[in-house]
Amino acid sequence: MPDPAAPTSPEQHRNAVPFWNDPDKRAIAFQALVLAGVGALGYYLFHNTLVNLDRQNIATGFGFLGKESAFEIGESLISYSAADTYAKALLVGVLNTLKVSFIGIVLTVVLGTVIGIARLSTNWLVSRLAGGYIELFQDIPVLLQLFFWYSIFYEFLPAPRNALNPMAGVFLCNRGLLFGVPVPHPAYKVAAAAFLAACVLVWVIRRWARRRQERTGQIFPTVRVGLALLVGLPVAGWAVAGAPTAMDLPRLQGFNFVGGLSLSPEFAALLMGLVLYTAAFVAEIVRAGIQSVSHGQTEAAMSLGLKPSQTLNLVILPQALRVIIPPLTSQMLNLTKNSSLAVAIGFPDFVAVTNTTINQTGQAIEGVALIMAVYLLFSLSTSAFMNWYNKKMALVER
Amino acid sequence: MTVSGNAPKAEVLRPPVTRVGVVGWMRENLFNGWLNSVLTLVVLYGLWQVVPPLVRWALVDSLWNSTPEACRSIDGACWSFVPANLRFIVFGFYPADQQWRPLVSMVLLVALLWWSRDRSHWNRRLGWVWAAGLVVMGVLMRGGILGLQGVETSLWSGLPLTLLLSVFGMVAAYPFGVVLALGRQSRLPAVKSLCVVYIEMIRGVPLISMLFMASVMFPLFLPEGVTINKILRALVAIILFTAAYIAEVVRGGLQAMPKGQYEAAEALGLNYVQTMRLVILPQALKIVIPPTVGILISAFKDTSLVVIIALYDLLNTTKSALSNPKWMGFSTEAYIFVAAIYFVCCYAMSNYSRRLERELTPGRAGSDP
Repeated sequence: MPDPAAPTSPEQHRNAVPFWNDPDKRAIAFQALVLAGVGALGYYLFHNTLVNLDRQNIATGFGFLGKESAFEIGESLISYSAADTYAKALLVGVLNTLKVSFIGIVLTVVLGTVIGIARLSTNWLVSRLAGGYIELFQDIPVLLQLFFWYSIFYEFLPAPRNALNPMAGVFLCNRGLLFGVPVPHPAYKVAAAAFLAACVLVWVIRRWARRRQERTGQIFPTVRVGLALLVGLPVAGWAVAGAPTAMDLPRLQGFNFVGGLSLSPEFAALLMGLVLYTAAFVAEIVRAGIQSVSHGQTEAAMSLGLKPSQTLNLVILPQALRVIIPPLTSQMLNLTKNSSLAVAIGFPDFVAVTNTTINQTGQAIEGVALIMAVYLLFSLSTSAFMNWYNKKMALVER
Repeated sequence: MTVSGNAPKAEVLRPPVTRVGVVGWMRENLFNGWLNSVLTLVVLYGLWQVVPPLVRWALVDSLWNSTPEACRSIDGACWSFVPANLRFIVFGFYPADQQWRPLVSMVLLVALLWWSRDRSHWNRRLGWVWAAGLVVMGVLMRGGILGLQGVETSLWSGLPLTLLLSVFGMVAAYPFGVVLALGRQSRLPAVKSLCVVYIEMIRGVPLISMLFMASVMFPLFLPEGVTINKILRALVAIILFTAAYIAEVVRGGLQAMPKGQYEAAEALGLNYVQTMRLVILPQALKIVIPPTVGILISAFKDTSLVVIIALYDLLNTTKSALSNPKWMGFSTEAYIFVAAIYFVCCYAMSNYSRRLERELTPGRAGSDP
């Protein structure tokens, strides 16, 4: 080793070290090697695929999307028939996936929060029941749960003729869950418009109230006024436009029900399985989030003279949410991804429709690529939204 | 009241009856405050509505060992389905005269798991024992040598297949996941971006799409004439999928390492491989043992998804036993039985992971509020 005290210029230094010992050059060489390896593997697989496709006479590309699909889909949010294209069939699938995920996420968050709070209850019975629920539902595969609920629909529930009727207008039988809906009437459009107007109004009032509180310190009862507006305006709109009360109830006709709105057994089983399974995980997240806020925070808030509701809204929740939101996001994504298990019980979600498409057209690569692309899109957009929300909730340090 | 030396011995009063014993406990835990009292009564009423009919269905009116015809005439559960189909549910299509082999393999696996439970057994020898054990299990299942009759992998089914997919999947995915995690933490931009893209992509798609890929696309990837069997294809998909989740868990451990550890290793003149192998990974992997057990649990549950690509794991053998017209219509009982198997396994693992978490977190054992 040369005399360490002697100053070396960068040029001398570079000359002194052979290139294989220079970390920068080694890094470049290593990365080139890795990229070349991955590239070679990718090319090998791609080449084999092309050869195999050529041998089996399968055309590549997404041209099949424009062809007639020639299969029916049991449930659809938009009008669809077998004469429509594959592209439209896939769109129906995407909408069905979105439908079950959206309803599922809302129900899961509500149920999970309730169970998570119940787990922390001072009531021994309630807390133990919640704990038992969490253990039981976390430890059974979700697919098995879906099969189980689906079998309950088929084996335990009676035929439409003997349908269970737990409430007026609600029927439960092996054709699904049926319930009455109001007969269409312009008054409902008026009520919907009034609801939208109320939403905008509440938003404006909230901003104004916060400004006023910052300026003068006076508190405006935003929540109470907001709730009154959100409920009152639509009801008023409905009443002014004629207050229709006619309901379209499901009626037994022959062997099945007509009228009303029905949830198919497939949809109901899927929703139930996903919600009950994911809610167990959400409950644990909520419990951990609430426990992460130390009791001193509650005591401090009370000694400042805050009311219990203010303590919860202004002190506990903002801190607990910070812990809860990131894992909650990944549970929402899990629910969306698990909704793809619909294919196993015959609910036409995106994966099920794509699977039928693959079987009919033989376009396996394109089909799998579409599935991956659509779910990646869901995942990335959900995490983008949740990151934005999380940033909004995050601790602002001065 | 004054206390003096010669006062008669104070009578020891028992605490009021409402403070101790069953009554006290109930007041403390069930009826403290009107809200809790109402809650307790509502829950008790709900349980009263649900539990007695359930008990009547499952225990009182049920049949445990009868013909399917006898089951049709009762209202209760028909548990007879389970003993009548147990062999098929557990071993599936494996030849009946050879089924001691999967049985021995499973016993061996459980024994190995039981032995590895104790942390004082964790050393290099245990690794070799596991390697030898896995080879023995593979030979027992496959046969074809040592005078054992060969059994095609297409006949492997039931519980052995479920265990095989989860254990081999986990064992193979672990090193791959560690490499991915190291790549993600790497300073080399090309390596880092490759790993990030892989991990985020796999975590963004459902396992089903990987299994579809395995069943319909893998055959296209291979050169003409080369085929791999269905189980191996599913296993590869499970490995590729699980590795991304392991990578994220291991990354957590790597990020938890203080910078001083890297600097100390560098000061000792260790290169990258030595730093990782001797200093960082032993510590980082130890921190993430509990979440890794969590991944094992979800991998075990997720193997049930191979039903969708028509592999006969525990769930699918149950489904096909149910499709026998003789036993059709007893799905509820069958699914409860399978759920009980899954529950026992997962509950044992999650309990173990909680125990490890307590043991491995210094300063938290017992002192946690």
